[in-house]
Amino acid sequence: MKLIKNAAGRLVPTEVNGQEQIPFRGINKYKPTGNKAKPPIRTCIDYPSDGNKVVKDLKTALKKAGLKDGMTISTHHHLRNGDAVTNMLFDVVKEMGIKNIRWFPSASFPVHSHLIKYLEDGTIHHIEGSMNGPLGKFTSEGKMKGVGVLRSHGGRYQSIQDGEVHIDIAVILAPTADPFGNATGDRGKSACGLIGFALGDSEYADRVIIITDNLVPFPCVPWQIQGNNVDYVVEVESLGDPSKIVSGTTEVTKSPDRLLIAEYVAQFMDEAGIMKDGFSFQAGAGGTALAFAIFLKEKMKKKNVKARFVRGGSTKYLVQMLEEGLTDYILDGQTFDLEGVRSMRENDGHVNTSPFTSYNFHGKGNFASIVDAAVLGATEVDVNFNANVVTHSDGYLLHGIGGWQNCLYSKCTILAIPSFRDRIPVIVDEVTTLCGPGELIDVIATERGLCINPKRKDLLKAMKNSSIPIIDIKDLKKQVDEICGGAPAKPKVNKDKVVAIIKWVDGTVLDSVFQVEN
Amino acid sequence: MTILKGKIMRQYKNKSTAGKRGDSIRSDCYFEIELKDSAGIKINLKSKVDSMYGESIKQMILDMSKFFGLKDAKILLEDNGALPFVLAARFELAFKRLFPENKKEYLFPFHEKNSYSTKKDQLRRSRLYLPGNEPKFFVNAGLHSPDGIILDLEDSVAPSEKDAAQLLVRNALRSVDFYNAERMVRINQLPNGLDDLKYIIPHNVNVILIPKCESAEQIHQLEKEVKKLKKQFNVKSDIFFMPIIESALGVIKAYEIASASKNNCALAIGLEDYTADIGTQRTNEGRESIFARQMLVNAAKAAGIQAIDTVFSDVSDMEALRQSVIEAKSLGFEGKGCIHPRQIQVVHEAFAPTVEEIEKAKKIVLAFEDAEKKGLGVVALGSKMIDPPVVKRAIRTIDLGILNNLLDKNWRKQ
Repeated sequence: MKLIKNAAGRLVPTEVNGQEQIPFRGINKYKPTGNKAKPPIRTCIDYPSDGNKVVKDLKTALKKAGLKDGMTISTHHHLRNGDAVTNMLFDVVKEMGIKNIRWFPSASFPVHSHLIKYLEDGTIHHIEGSMNGPLGKFTSEGKMKGVGVLRSHGGRYQSIQDGEVHIDIAVILAPTADPFGNATGDRGKSACGLIGFALGDSEYADRVIIITDNLVPFPCVPWQIQGNNVDYVVEVESLGDPSKIVSGTTEVTKSPDRLLIAEYVAQFMDEAGIMKDGFSFQAGAGGTALAFAIFLKEKMKKKNVKARFVRGGSTKYLVQMLEEGLTDYILDGQTFDLEGVRSMRENDGHVNTSPFTSYNFHGKGNFASIVDAAVLGATEVDVNFNANVVTHSDGYLLHGIGGWQNCLYSKCTILAIPSFRDRIPVIVDEVTTLCGPGELIDVIATERGLCINPKRKDLLKAMKNSSIPIIDIKDLKKQVDEICGGAPAKPKVNKDKVVAIIKWVDGTVLDSVFQVEN
Repeated sequence: MTILKGKIMRQYKNKSTAGKRGDSIRSDCYFEIELKDSAGIKINLKSKVDSMYGESIKQMILDMSKFFGLKDAKILLEDNGALPFVLAARFELAFKRLFPENKKEYLFPFHEKNSYSTKKDQLRRSRLYLPGNEPKFFVNAGLHSPDGIILDLEDSVAPSEKDAAQLLVRNALRSVDFYNAERMVRINQLPNGLDDLKYIIPHNVNVILIPKCESAEQIHQLEKEVKKLKKQFNVKSDIFFMPIIESALGVIKAYEIASASKNNCALAIGLEDYTADIGTQRTNEGRESIFARQMLVNAAKAAGIQAIDTVFSDVSDMEALRQSVIEAKSLGFEGKGCIHPRQIQVVHEAFAPTVEEIEKAKKIVLAFEDAEKKGLGVVALGSKMIDPPVVKRAIRTIDLGILNNLLDKNWRKQ
């Protein structure tokens, strides 16, 4: 595999899984031209005139859809770790004797470790999406046949739109659907909020299968997915366990150190002048981000400040803000708890969005850059503010990118992270894997204080008299190394074997993940 | 005969363990040392941070083995991200459990930021208790800005792990940055607590908390031992005592205890044990302990030292904590015990002076400075004479006002 150095100084392959790749050229330096990808022309006379597209079972739907070796199948992570559909789907694919599938999920979860046997026996050739938990370990050890491709949520939409990924069959789980294929996620026994990650798939895939455990008579309203894009509808007993859409990431942290970080971030937003009437912010579902939202809410109440909109990952904490009138809108990208699901169903101010509206590189603008501040996490940050979210310092791939890369475009990007975990430094000299270039990252908030990117002179000035310690990131790294007993050794990896690549939001290759050597 | 017996015992005990193991353990480790007759040091390392620190951990084990003269042994280490000072304490413990007669100590150099000493009338509004055998809480405790951090050797440590906590606390006193918090250690109830002193006196402790104190004699006993160790290890900085009164007898003897040593800096009360001792339940209102608390305040003030209130144990109820501190302040207490870092800020806020108190203090301090400038022996504010203790309290109020951001440090110019 030929590797070349890209604009970020990282070694990346020029060809992956037989597809030519463009190395990262710098932020906003690459713009593909030509026309967008397009789905095949279909004609309504080929579909039942009574609107009933229900077929007997998934196998029938896959057969009718023309499933063949080497095709691309897409799925979505709306049920997070409660998803039963993807495992069920590949059980059927295996049963049909199909091989070498490119699996194109919007994210994977530990529940999908069920698929490792299909990666081993050749049913699945490789994953393009995220490789979380056990799948990440499998990939890192070089066991996957192809090379993994990690994309952001926006990058996934970009890759569909500019033709980098052509989806043969999209399998979309829908907590409620009608026989025509109109579908929604905000109601039904498996309600998960929105199913917006499937929007691009429904518009661009050759064939679209809706799979539901709550089939209602036409029309299913609201329709987050339009039946006019759907080929077949399959009814099953259960899509999975909606209580697990919570996935453990939506509990407020109890750690005093994380709470301190969250408090610092809220104080920073106030003192830096970001928290003012009509402002907006994005907060994810990690324990620290949730605690931040609670601290910020207290400050907003005290100062009588109201936000215009909040972007989520919606949780009960954001829902409370909406219901108490502290924000006009929640623009929801994915619903993280059942309170979020309820609110989306009941409250007009709780709006469902998709990667198209929020993050898409080929849209005529997107929401990410409109947001005043985004509070995100990371596994590592280096002294140049470059950050990693996919691998740990031991070299293992453990997380997906999610919307993280896209959110870096906010006006002020804050990474709220501990400076070390147990004995694992988070502030390092160079990240194991580059996922976000430092020029887009403004503030690192740790329990030891804030590091402000030197190019944000305005923020440095605004925080000059703050009671929060403002630390040079190089000094912080020194402190952390002192505590941990020196700088950590780099993981032993096989530099000849790329197991996965990290895409930037424009489709270029930002970095490579190498096989971990034991 | 005795030699033979010793040999038999040595053969019997050729294996020891130290530390904690299991999936739920964080920032700690587990050592097993098994003595062998030959083959040198064999290390079996299972570490969460193997790829980052595996080599340096192995080197450290070899260095420590050499230091203690351990030549042939099988050493198992299960490490869940223990920091070096923790690894060293656990290894030393496993070794000393095999060779209790070995008096060598494996000591790290003092952390460069830890050389400060404290004053007798140091601010002691909050003191954060940390269990002495739980290293994961140590390193970041100072970031929450308590006035004091207590490494506890007493109630939070299981009887079988007292030796473990002694070594861990010793290493922490040397290696952990306390971020200017006063370094406190609660020793075990006397006389057992005397055995704790050699692990803390030479290692830069600022305050010793003496639990369940019931007589001046106990303070004298402690003072003698501290003096001896200070001399032996050439310790120059002050080491203060904070006796804790936790029984009916202790309350009755409060003044005797408070005035037993010039090194006493404060008298604290522990209400969990006290209420049990008098046969009642602790309530939020605290009517059952009103006598004890007032007695304690009175005894402390009579002896010219601080009165420090008990811990507040409901970590989820910050409003009740705030009320409890306001009440303590009104009784004359100057400090409160904390068992969770989130309590610290609340305690500081509640002990902060009110706007009226600050305004009054400003006038007194200005009048005092004015009198000094004019060389007057007597300070007067309007028609009222001001005594020195009032001036001292006013200066304290000003300091607290500045600390709590209620007053600019250049207030005289405004």
